[in-house]
Amino acid sequence: MNKCDMRIKIAGVEFENTVMTASGTFGSGKEYGEYVDINEIGAVITKGVSSTPWRGNNTPRIAETYGGILNSVGLQNPGVEEFIEKDIKFLRQFDTKIIVNIVGRTFEEYCEVARRLSSEDIDLVELNISCPNVKEGGVAFGTDPKMIEYITKEVKKNLKHPLIVKLSPNVTDIVEMAKAAVDGGADAISMINTLIGMAIDIHKKRPVLANTIGGLSGPAIKPVALRMVYQVAKAIDIPIIGMGGIMNGEDAIEFILAGATAVAIGTANFANPRATIDVIEGIENYLAENSVDSISEIRGLAIVT
Amino acid sequence: MKEKRAVEIMENKKIAKNTYKMIILAPLVAREAKAGQFLNLFCKQRDLLLPRPISICELDMKLGIITLVYAVVGKGTAELVKMLSGEKIAIMGPLGNGFDIDDTIENHLIIGGGIGSPPLLELVKKLKGKKTVYLGFNAETILADEFKKYADKVHIAIENGTGDGSLSKSKVETKNRPLSRESRPLSRNSLPFSRYPQGNVMDLIKTNMTKADMIYACGPKPMLEAINEWAKEKEIEAQFSMEERMACGIGACLVCTCKIQKSEDSEWQNYRVCKDGPVFYRDEVIWE
Ligand SMILES: Cc1cc2nc3c(=O)[nH]c(=O)nc-3n(C[C@H](O)[C@H](O)[C@H](O)COP(=O)(O)OP(=O)(O)OC[C@H]3O[C@@H](n4cnc5c(N)ncnc54)[C@H](O)[C@@H]3O)c2cc1C
Ligand SMILES: Cc1cc2nc3c(=O)[nH]c(=O)nc-3n(C[C@H](O)[C@H](O)[C@H](O)COP(=O)(O)O)c2cc1C
Ligand code: FES
Repeated sequence: MNKCDMRIKIAGVEFENTVMTASGTFGSGKEYGEYVDINEIGAVITKGVSSTPWRGNNTPRIAETYGGILNSVGLQNPGVEEFIEKDIKFLRQFDTKIIVNIVGRTFEEYCEVARRLSSEDIDLVELNISCPNVKEGGVAFGTDPKMIEYITKEVKKNLKHPLIVKLSPNVTDIVEMAKAAVDGGADAISMINTLIGMAIDIHKKRPVLANTIGGLSGPAIKPVALRMVYQVAKAIDIPIIGMGGIMNGEDAIEFILAGATAVAIGTANFANPRATIDVIEGIENYLAENSVDSISEIRGLAIVT
Repeated sequence: MKEKRAVEIMENKKIAKNTYKMIILAPLVAREAKAGQFLNLFCKQRDLLLPRPISICELDMKLGIITLVYAVVGKGTAELVKMLSGEKIAIMGPLGNGFDIDDTIENHLIIGGGIGSPPLLELVKKLKGKKTVYLGFNAETILADEFKKYADKVHIAIENGTGDGSLSKSKVETKNRPLSRESRPLSRNSLPFSRYPQGNVMDLIKTNMTKADMIYACGPKPMLEAINEWAKEKEIEAQFSMEERMACGIGACLVCTCKIQKSEDSEWQNYRVCKDGPVFYRDEVIWE
């Protein structure tokens, strides 16, 4: 079998393959790097980073539901300075692309992180305006098209690197949000972040999560994620990084057929620390079996016009 | 490279109400493991995505076997019960850091509460010096005989099923190592109730005025808090094995945090129980 061409391009950056890690599930690769060869992964999307350290929410921060998990980490991170010092330095040892997920409580905080990262050796920035686990910022910016356009523009102004805007699924019309990001100058879209949900402990008669609500991820959300990627791919021309419940190569192929240029693996890592590599191999097998030479050939093939 | 691997179950049997002992053959894992570390066990049911963290109870590096003791509390542990010897189970580990073992310490005080007791067994085996063990249970004891094999003295408190240690009366068994089980049978009659009127583990320790240079404890948070108060007063250092709900188990996802203050003049931070713990020194832990 000939090895097929897995390379993709997003905003002028070339990736060795189409598989990335979803922000917040893989840290900056230090831990999973003991289980997988980071050189084999297309890109590592790091945990959300803010201008100053954030402690995150109280515990329990996790609950398991049928085929999914709810998390309410609340974007705990050491702040951009420590992140640059430790995490970027660590990741640069590998032959992979670095995508830094950024968060803030105010427009100014987002711009501050963007400015600080501009002088650093990274490849792209992912704007997280869709995290359900912080009271201010986060999802608040991600559910109003005017806000999305404005924050995308502002962050772009302060950033040297290409910008990916990560969309929240907790909206009525996902296409409208995607278009707003495009209007703001986004170079790519990533989607979806987690769906807001909750679980109740029937014995304690209290919510399981200390934060009451959390973000649902994992295979339970895949049909929703896929539908949204499909709708957005039909409506916009910039590349999409698809994610939400991808567990194996077949799942990833579905997202690519729906129009995604790349895919990211999140929750699957917890069930299988080798998930990223297994997805890459699964995609390669599918392409070989279907005598496809390049991953780009199947992108969006399932879109019915 | 580390991996999630399938290992063989050699035994999986009930040892008390809702409590099971599983022995697995995992030479590569056993070789690296130490007391206080844990394993991630994976379920076969596909909708149960998260691994279940279970502490290492006993290790036999020569035979390459690991003993786990688990309580059935939900869907995942209910699935574990159904697994038969000869079957394979997927595991990851050893994970986390174990207890710090210092051979120069003379008097060790080991305190286990309920299903928090298993990880202390391997520890007791490894400690040098005098080892006094206190175990507290709601109803039925687990691993009492095993602890007696390796400790100098084992005290057991059984709360009368109320689950509320501070109020309940308890039945207490005390046994010295030199006395074999046969010569001094452990029955309710051998040690009358009245000798120990109040009796959660903490009360018992206070009554006995147990001497200790280092405490090791694992169990419910209220128990650990009570130990902390006492140890603070007596100025005894303690290592606590903390528990928190987990996802990755290796330090990547930040769901399993515990509030830790490393020094007097620094602020507390959220540390990962799976990677930075599960064992922390008592004076580092912020109690709420
Ligand atoms: C470091 C560590 C060591 C442990 N060692 C042991 C042990 O030796 N023996 C033992 O019986 N139990 C131990 N536990 C607790 C054990 O992991 C849980 O009881 C078990 O995961 C429950 O799974 P379940 O599917 O039956 O319950 P469910 O409630 O259905 O579990 C749902 C999810 O919550 C998690 N969860 C539920 N309760 C706990 C808990 N108390 N702590 C952490 N996660 C939880 C599960 O892992 C799972 O992800 C340990 C926990 C930790 C963190
Ligand atoms: C524990 C956890 C932490 C997460 N942290 C972040 C984060 O910091 N920033 C972000 O943009 N998304 C975060 N996410 C969302 C994921 O990146 C991803 O969008 C979502 O989980 C869907 O993918 P999955 O089903 O493959 O996990 C987090 C998800 C989980 C489960
Ligand atoms: S369980 Fe993921 S960091 Fe501890």
